[in-house]
Amino acid sequence: MAYAVQQLINGVTLGMIYGLIAVGYTMVYGIIGMINFAHGDIFMIGAFLSLIALLGLASLGITAVPIALALTLIFAAGLAALYGWTVERVAYRPLRGSFRLAPLISAIGMSIVLQNFVQVSQGARVKPLDTMIPGGFQIMETDGFAVRLSWMQIAIAVTTLFILAVFTWLVTRTPLGRRMRACEQDLRMASLLGIDTGLTISVTFVIGAALAAVAGLMFLMYYGVIDFFIGFIAGVKAFTAAVLGGIGSLPGAVLGGLLIGLIEVFWSAYFSVEYKDVAAFAILIVALIFLPTGILGRAEVEKV
Amino acid sequence: MITGRMTGALRDAGLSALIALGLFAPLIGLLTENGEHGLGLRGRPFAVAVVVVLVFLGRLIMLSRAPRTVAARAEGPGLAMRRAGRALAPALLVFALLLPLGGSRYYVDLATLVLTYIMLGWGLNVVVGLAGLLDLGYVAFYAVGAYSYALLAEAFGLGFWTCLPLAGIMAAFAGILLGFPVLRLRGDYLAIVTLAFGEIIRIVLINWVSLTHGPSGITGIPRPTLFGLAFSMDGGAGTFAGFFDIEPETIQRVTFLYYVILALALVTNWFTLRLRRTPLGRAWEALREDETACRSLGINVTNTKLTAFAIGAMFGGFAGAFFATRQAFISPESFTFIESATVLAIVVLGGLGSQLGVALAAIVMVGGLELLRSFLSFLAENLGSDLFAGIANELPLYRMLVFGLALVVVMVLRPRGMVSTRVPTVTLGPA
Repeated sequence: MAYAVQQLINGVTLGMIYGLIAVGYTMVYGIIGMINFAHGDIFMIGAFLSLIALLGLASLGITAVPIALALTLIFAAGLAALYGWTVERVAYRPLRGSFRLAPLISAIGMSIVLQNFVQVSQGARVKPLDTMIPGGFQIMETDGFAVRLSWMQIAIAVTTLFILAVFTWLVTRTPLGRRMRACEQDLRMASLLGIDTGLTISVTFVIGAALAAVAGLMFLMYYGVIDFFIGFIAGVKAFTAAVLGGIGSLPGAVLGGLLIGLIEVFWSAYFSVEYKDVAAFAILIVALIFLPTGILGRAEVEKV
Repeated sequence: MITGRMTGALRDAGLSALIALGLFAPLIGLLTENGEHGLGLRGRPFAVAVVVVLVFLGRLIMLSRAPRTVAARAEGPGLAMRRAGRALAPALLVFALLLPLGGSRYYVDLATLVLTYIMLGWGLNVVVGLAGLLDLGYVAFYAVGAYSYALLAEAFGLGFWTCLPLAGIMAAFAGILLGFPVLRLRGDYLAIVTLAFGEIIRIVLINWVSLTHGPSGITGIPRPTLFGLAFSMDGGAGTFAGFFDIEPETIQRVTFLYYVILALALVTNWFTLRLRRTPLGRAWEALREDETACRSLGINVTNTKLTAFAIGAMFGGFAGAFFATRQAFISPESFTFIESATVLAIVVLGGLGSQLGVALAAIVMVGGLELLRSFLSFLAENLGSDLFAGIANELPLYRMLVFGLALVVVMVLRPRGMVSTRVPTVTLGPA
């Protein structure tokens, strides 16, 4: 029992990270209908930017944890947003109206570029980082197994919920959010009504990348090691989360993220750690076959 | 007027340089290194400056060129290229047939590698180029073929020629198993599912130790024989050297392997060219251009896609079996996403659907890069220059960076391919 509760806590923590990445996938898919393969690598770049910022702040003598983390968050999210903007500008925007496979191939190319750029510039070896928020407290104990909730997990949960609250407010209550939703419903109609669709799409990429960078910082803090390859696996899992929750649906992305996190953690705990990625990928295939619209998604109607 | 354009271009390039500074200053400028006290940072301002200046100049050059029209972009290399291709293809074939006569082991080995990629490219071309299905996990079928042969040889002592068709069938079967449920979905879902499938196969190969020997791989995979004559070094009665009464040498086996892959690749090419003229091939091309129209014309879309997927997988399986017999050793290391990406880059760069383009792209991307590397290390040895040695060592690292950039650049500049273009075999009205 206690063991299961512990897994539940770990799964929710991991799920929040996946959920944050999945939001980026689902937003881009909703607005221009393409899978942004490079999004997982933006997450990886966010993690690297966070690492560099933390090391830089430490060498400047800023070691107070809350200040350092807040500055790192702003730095990583800001620069990752610049990456998201540039990727859209360079690799996707010139392809509007090109043939069907072009954006997909360009996206996978961009993903390879970002991955190998980081490998070349930062090296292929894993980067370890000491725990910055140690400790936690014990919430229950049965059969000699203590369930622990670490401060780190609380910090991750609180930050994710805060960021998602801000993001929800942005999408539902602001003029910018209204423009984004209009573009999502019908891009051409939105442009006829005077909405700058190019700008709106750019903003979508910027927000998605910033959220991915937040997830990157959390991943770095939670696991303490990163390398240039983390974006590939995390990207596919977050995409699975987006599909599971219903692609195009923002609450669905978070829900899907939580589900994937829980499935992965419980699978590792009760079946095998080696096959945890296989489990997540198999869910993607199963979900696409039996539940292609996802839990909260709408059925897609193809118009000619 | 002209000065106005100049200032505009300068401002634009300056802005690009500023963005580049923001992008690259942390990731290139600050290297995270393992020091005595855990990770530390090391500054590299010079590298950042070089990159930023390059971006500035690159943008300036881009802006100073006259903008091309959309029509010119879509047209591609066009008629001249196709006419040249008609002469080029036989010339390449003759060159390929005569290449081993040069007697250099290095070049024969390199050509064998290039031909393996050409064959993989042609196989993937059926899926991506003809049927328009983006397969990002092609390496999975390559792995299935390689492991099929290795395991059959190990368990039942079967030879290469018996296992070759079996490996192809197994790979095709894997393709059908994966494709059957997934191909009914939208095209872009297929891309990510195949990506996931490639990873699944690799993880299973690593962890199913009792069957695949896990990460340590399978060794001692038998070499192919020529009508039962082995290429062993003892020169006995049953061997190639013994039968023809000559000295046994490694180059004989290497040359034989080269001709095997050449034959396999040519069969792939011939098969694809023939298929393209059948109703099935026409249906593939139609599917690539417009799926909805196909459906309304009564083409069974799922079955047509499934055939393309299975045939592409089969060629991947053949190539995998050849890879296993050539290396005599396989491990999951050889079947990573990088391989899929390399083959995809070759197909995209060559021009989706173009057979000759794929061959040229493979020669340039695989052979050219290797020749460049060996040339650089040759220079480094003879001149004693550390710079060239450094570049030669770093070159493989930049390989994937170049491939990824190539995918993006080709899509932006010439979506139908850099080297050549495959227009639909039949079109309505004046083309």
